[in-house]
Amino acid sequence: MDSAPRPRFAILSRILHWLMAVMILAMLFIGVSMVASLADYSRLVAIHRPLGMAVLVLAIIRLINRRLTKLPPFPPTMSGTERRIASWSERLLYALMIALPLVGWGMLSAGHYPIVMFGSFHLPPILPPHPMLYAFLRHAHTVLAWLLFAVILAHVGAVLFHTLIVRDRLLDRMALWPARKTKR
Amino acid sequence: MFPTIDRSLSPPALIFRLVLILVLLGGAAGLFLYQAGWFTPQKLTPAGMINTFEQLNGVHSGFRRNHAKGVCFRGYFESNGQGARYSKAALFPAGRVPVIGRFSLGGGQPYAADSPGAVRALAVLFQLPNGEEWRMAMIDLPVFPVQNVGQFRELLLASAPDPETGKVDPEKMKSFVAAHPASAKALPLIQARAVSSGFADATYFGLSAFYFVDGQGRRTPVRWAMIPEQPFRPNETSDPEKTDKNYLFDALIAAVRQGPQRWRLQVTLGEPGDPTGDATIPWPDSRQKVDVGVLVVEAIESEEVSPARDINFDPTLIPSGVALSDDPLLSARAAAYSQSFTRREGEPKEPSAVSTAETGR
Ligand code: HEM
Ligand code: HEM
Repeated sequence: MDSAPRPRFAILSRILHWLMAVMILAMLFIGVSMVASLADYSRLVAIHRPLGMAVLVLAIIRLINRRLTKLPPFPPTMSGTERRIASWSERLLYALMIALPLVGWGMLSAGHYPIVMFGSFHLPPILPPHPMLYAFLRHAHTVLAWLLFAVILAHVGAVLFHTLIVRDRLLDRMALWPARKTKR
Repeated sequence: MFPTIDRSLSPPALIFRLVLILVLLGGAAGLFLYQAGWFTPQKLTPAGMINTFEQLNGVHSGFRRNHAKGVCFRGYFESNGQGARYSKAALFPAGRVPVIGRFSLGGGQPYAADSPGAVRALAVLFQLPNGEEWRMAMIDLPVFPVQNVGQFRELLLASAPDPETGKVDPEKMKSFVAAHPASAKALPLIQARAVSSGFADATYFGLSAFYFVDGQGRRTPVRWAMIPEQPFRPNETSDPEKTDKNYLFDALIAAVRQGPQRWRLQVTLGEPGDPTGDATIPWPDSRQKVDVGVLVVEAIESEEVSPARDINFDPTLIPSGVALSDDPLLSARAAAYSQSFTRREGEPKEPSAVSTAETGR
């Protein structure tokens, strides 16, 4: 048992992780709140569109960053099966955080909506107007968003289990704070 | 496959930590479901509002849940440049922009017979030169009968015919009016309006206040209306038996065949103290009015062939240079129209009452 610094994610990866965690959770809560609220819908949807597009941009940067940096190896406390589940769930998270904003953009395009960001700045449509396509994408947006929330819960649950019960300092790998050097 | 538990944890500590994890995850999930409205079923939601329309009118596949009967049009808007003094919106520099739109009757019945009492409506989509859009949905009432969506639902329920007798219960309307002083003031103004002979000579009001924002960020509260250039003729069809089911739409189609029909877009400038959050209250007649251009309806098209069928004329889709007011109707309409739009776009389309045979296109 040594006290050498333990492997962790690169600093840019860690910053992107927490920034996007906050943004995506905000997007999920804004999303479900606005479609249930007659009073706050307008205000919330005006935040939802540009914030969702910011998630798309950051997700692409993050995917490139992941390809370019070396990932820390899995800790020895994770079995082979657990590692496979972890890497597949990470892929699913990436897929969803790119798919959701794309579906949002696509559904507004198919619904013949203007895709307003802020002021007079708006995005071009990425699909032709089409009623059934709009309806399909609109439902897909809901299903994918709820799936994303479920995968995030599972992800958080697994990290908490490792951190609090296996006590293998899994969270330190992604932490923004300096890693404590204690014996284990 | 399961990771090993740290053996230095005492059993109570282990249980405490497991419970902590479950509480955190459960709390997050609970908060999410709460925000999604799962634990507040009595609160009126956009879906609940559209369900009310469906309860009252039935579900008509592919049709709007309100203003279900309608016909579409194409044309243009010719701006005279006057609006640019108050708003930087790309509609206002002098010039022409293409529009599409839709005339409709209030109510959720797509095959209802036209009648003089039905609310007439005009929806317009302005395609601005910089790629922005401006959508409006206006009706021929001088004020709205209610202040917010909850009251609108109550009014719909109170004025709906009893499913058994087929008659409206006047007692229900009386108690609605008694409970809502704002409606008690607005309804007489609505009843006193001069009903025109048809769509072409009706005035259409935006009702809700908005703000115009100019290049310096100066905000002016405004309301707007489309004033017909066609001379006003009072409604005269008295015998509904003699008239055909689509007499209002057919007259509009005939008028546009004769020549383009025109409306002046008239903006009323509010002054400090004028209510912006209550569409039941008219602004004083003395307020300055500015004509900013002319809407020209050149061609009528059936919903069956027009792109305007698959448009959500959500009045909060406004360009930069226009801002929403505190009128609670605006957000409520955006939310409810979106719900109606999503439902109808996913359904197979039934033929429209005003068919291509009548419009000729
Ligand atoms: C990380 C990205 C995103 C997340 C997590 C997300 C999440 C959500 C959620 C949870 C809902 C409510 C669904 C429901 O309960 O039915 C929603 C609705 C919506 N989203 Fe997103 N969204 C994202 C990106 C976007 C983007 C980029 C756009 C558009 C540019 C967009 C446009 C919309 C719209 C317009 C609605 C409401 C439509 C309606 O009135 O029915 N979303 N979103
Ligand atoms: C909270 C109050 C209101 C509710 C819940 C409501 C509901 C609706 C719904 C569900 C539709 C069909 C939307 C679609 O499927 O595209 C509709 C259409 C329409 N509404 Fe409202 N409405 C309200 C207030 C108003 C007001 C104040 C006006 C006028 C100033 C208005 C004017 C119109 C017009 C013109 C249409 C037809 C638009 C078209 O042709 O597509 N509504 N309304």
